[in-house]
Amino acid sequence: MNLPLPNADHMIGLVFLLMIGLTLFGGLIACNADRLVRAVAGLVVSFVGVAGLYYFLNSPFIAMMQMLIYVGAVAVTISFAIMFAAPEESKKHGPSGMLSGPLGIITAGLVFGGFTLLALKTDFQVHEKINNGSVESMGQMLLTSYSMVFELISIVLLVAIIGALVIARRGRSS
Amino acid sequence: MEILTLYNNLNTYLIIGALLFAMGIYGLITRRTLIGMLIAAELVLAAASINFMAFNRFTAPDPLVGQIFTLFIMAIAAAEAAIGLSIVVAIYRNYKSIDAEDLVELKG
Repeated sequence: MNLPLPNADHMIGLVFLLMIGLTLFGGLIACNADRLVRAVAGLVVSFVGVAGLYYFLNSPFIAMMQMLIYVGAVAVTISFAIMFAAPEESKKHGPSGMLSGPLGIITAGLVFGGFTLLALKTDFQVHEKINNGSVESMGQMLLTSYSMVFELISIVLLVAIIGALVIARRGRSS
Repeated sequence: MEILTLYNNLNTYLIIGALLFAMGIYGLITRRTLIGMLIAAELVLAAASINFMAFNRFTAPDPLVGQIFTLFIMAIAAAEAAIGLSIVVAIYRNYKSIDAEDLVELKG
């Protein structure tokens, strides 16, 4: 068997494999790293990979939003919280409950196996596309069909910001 | 070269989503600190978003609904992170610890 010469399609496939690798590698670091700072770094790597997957799913806008919101905002917020409230010296080792260790791995494996079986065994119906999914039509949908949800999510974000400020400020003077 | 056309297959994305979800569950039940649990919860949310986007791309009739849903998931995740982290900071100020096992004041 002789391999065909590399072309653009192979390049796309390789980039996709790289994105899968980033996602899973970052996820492994995020849930296994000993220090929280490393876990946040893994989370950032994983989110960059997920943004690449969104790009492959025909949604460059969502990929950009993923980079902006998760990599730019959420990860930085978590890093700030670690700097404020993570005493590295009082880190205790050892099992942290009934489900840690092998039982935790078994639980995660069962979850993964169940979802994978469900995905592989189900015969999903493919429907005809009724529009092209452009950013322009997304903006129109957000302000017409989904305007109620849009307003509600704005209020949720406002309340969350104010609530975060109030909770984090209480007791600061003492 | 079948492995290079994986990106055009629904099952690939579903399996990646399942793997991320399992990692998130594993982190949630094994982490000792509250911030570690928050990081694992972010992984779970990312897995849910990947599933939405995959079905949106491959099966759904309207390719906008999944994108809009994913945007809303991002907004909710940002709100969750802000509230959760401020609660963590408040807890640290009161208990001088963010270990989940030290917060046992209400234990009978």
